[in-house]
Amino acid sequence: MGNIVLSIKNVDKTFGGLHALGDINLDIEEGKIHAIIGPNGAGKSTLLNVCIGRLAPDRGTVEFEGKNMIGMEPYEINHAGMVRVFQTPEIFPDLSILQNVMIPALAKRDGVFNFDAFKSMASNADIEEQSTRILEELGLKSQTHDHAGSMSRGDKRRLELSMGLVQHPRLLLLDEPTAGMSRHDTNRTIDLLKQIKERGMTKIIIEHDMHVVFSLADRISVLAQGRIIAQGTPDEIRGNPRVQEAYLGGAEL
Amino acid sequence: MSKTLLRNDWVVMALFTAAVLSMPLWLAPIGAGYPDLLQKFAIFGLFAIGYNILFGLTGYLSFGHAVFLGVGSYTAVWSFKLLTMNVLPAVLFSVLMGGLFAVIIGYLSLRRSGIYFSILTLAFAQMSYNMAYSVLTPITNGETGLQLAKSDPRVIDALFIEAGEGLPSTDLFGMQMSGYPGFYFCAVLLIIGFFISLRIFRSPFGLKLLAIKSNQTRMLYTGFNTRPYLLTAFVISGMYAGLAGALMAVTDPLAGAERMQWTASGEVVLMTILGGVGTLIGPLLGVGVIKYFENIFSALNVDTLHQIFSFLPDWLENVVVWISSHFVGEGWHLTLGLLFMVIVIFLPGGLMEGFQRIGSALRNLFKRSEAVAAQPSEKE
Repeated sequence: MGNIVLSIKNVDKTFGGLHALGDINLDIEEGKIHAIIGPNGAGKSTLLNVCIGRLAPDRGTVEFEGKNMIGMEPYEINHAGMVRVFQTPEIFPDLSILQNVMIPALAKRDGVFNFDAFKSMASNADIEEQSTRILEELGLKSQTHDHAGSMSRGDKRRLELSMGLVQHPRLLLLDEPTAGMSRHDTNRTIDLLKQIKERGMTKIIIEHDMHVVFSLADRISVLAQGRIIAQGTPDEIRGNPRVQEAYLGGAEL
Repeated sequence: MSKTLLRNDWVVMALFTAAVLSMPLWLAPIGAGYPDLLQKFAIFGLFAIGYNILFGLTGYLSFGHAVFLGVGSYTAVWSFKLLTMNVLPAVLFSVLMGGLFAVIIGYLSLRRSGIYFSILTLAFAQMSYNMAYSVLTPITNGETGLQLAKSDPRVIDALFIEAGEGLPSTDLFGMQMSGYPGFYFCAVLLIIGFFISLRIFRSPFGLKLLAIKSNQTRMLYTGFNTRPYLLTAFVISGMYAGLAGALMAVTDPLAGAERMQWTASGEVVLMTILGGVGTLIGPLLGVGVIKYFENIFSALNVDTLHQIFSFLPDWLENVVVWISSHFVGEGWHLTLGLLFMVIVIFLPGGLMEGFQRIGSALRNLFKRSEAVAAQPSEKE
């Protein structure tokens, strides 16, 4: 087994009477794509929100490269190298597409706060170039000066992904990266994520689309009712009767 | 072509400088070319430019910016009383005091956003206003307002010059700060203030502020701590207001608490929105329009209205004068209210949006006429 990048230990989370996460233990290996699947309401998004500092767990720790992330501010977690791509695109609708990508690129360079009111944007050619390159890679090159708010939903998802990628995080958390995309766009995104995998970025993917999961994931964890009921390689998961029971009501995966 | 040229800071600054310094010339034909009004344009211009850095870039609507205006004025007058009638120290101290107050008020108010932020700033402003009238009377001289007195120490001046007869006046190394010299002093500061604002608008810092306005939560998850950014913008705008307050005292060395009242805070909001929030020139246009019309409308009275409408038949003249008299003089605010409503309803982007619409309409018209002109030649 390789290096462990992210280690989730004994994480519990309840909302009122609802046990959203119960004693979750999960290790994410460096350079791998780790998929988390499970039916609606299984606690997948809650788990991501705990990782990224949006929710505090009742118990347990989330260690990223050996450092406990619980209680850290979202921007500190970002700078530690763990970046989330949101399910519903959280973009800057009033800025241009290019500026949307430049903002995370500036965050990576400038840190949590930097007073650079007297530097002109022209002196940030490197940031602009870097952002343009990412947009080109994701097929958004032609419209970089349009307002991001007027993009189609699928394009917004790709923009959201560019915003994550431009920071070159060590761990990228993808929350249903292909939801709402056409088959064509989905396949393009899969190809893209495969390319990035070759660059050695670790990724956690939450996904409904089994086509995406089985074409990308190195390891899969199955979540049901707030618990991990199975873990393993795609082949192991495909053949696991418990998973079929919980996830698809017995249907063949 | 003109657009790429306007992206160049130095071209913009050259145009702006020329426009401001020649104001006495090109505003004379509409009866606004005299120093009193020009000074007001420059002073409120600075106030609005600074306010726009907060409201225009971050979207945080402060209802208490007049506090910094008042603080600036008091500080300047104290500098005149204690140190020297030279305006430079007064301006410097006022900017610093404006900034200091902004750090305190901003630190506390920025814990909330949206309407709660606005209410907090309003509360601080009203608190300061009431304190200036009550417990702080030793500093503010209460209702009378802070004024110069012959018995003031003026320690620096006392070293160099004999105190003359009567009250001294503000000066810049011997040049008296009333009339046109006063205006040009304000104008130079307006140009510097505009330059700083231009740089902020076009810097990464400005872009980050815009991003905060667009989606603050996302900024946190993108790796920015937004609070210090907001506080910096708040303090910068507070310093601009402090400067504007100082210039009010420079051109007329007294300071009263009414400068801090909520109506004064509201006025800068009106000016900024009327001209165009978040645009570089918009707030200045708003200042120009409001201060110019205030000057005209508040000077009118029933007699002048009778003169204006004397061409009408008597009965109609009386009706028209009766109606319009409510909109002039003391009633000028009614006119302002109507003007504001019309702008906000039809041009939510302020006057700047109006100009853009006219501009694009003209461009379309040109294109169409070019297309019409091009068609016959195609047939040949």
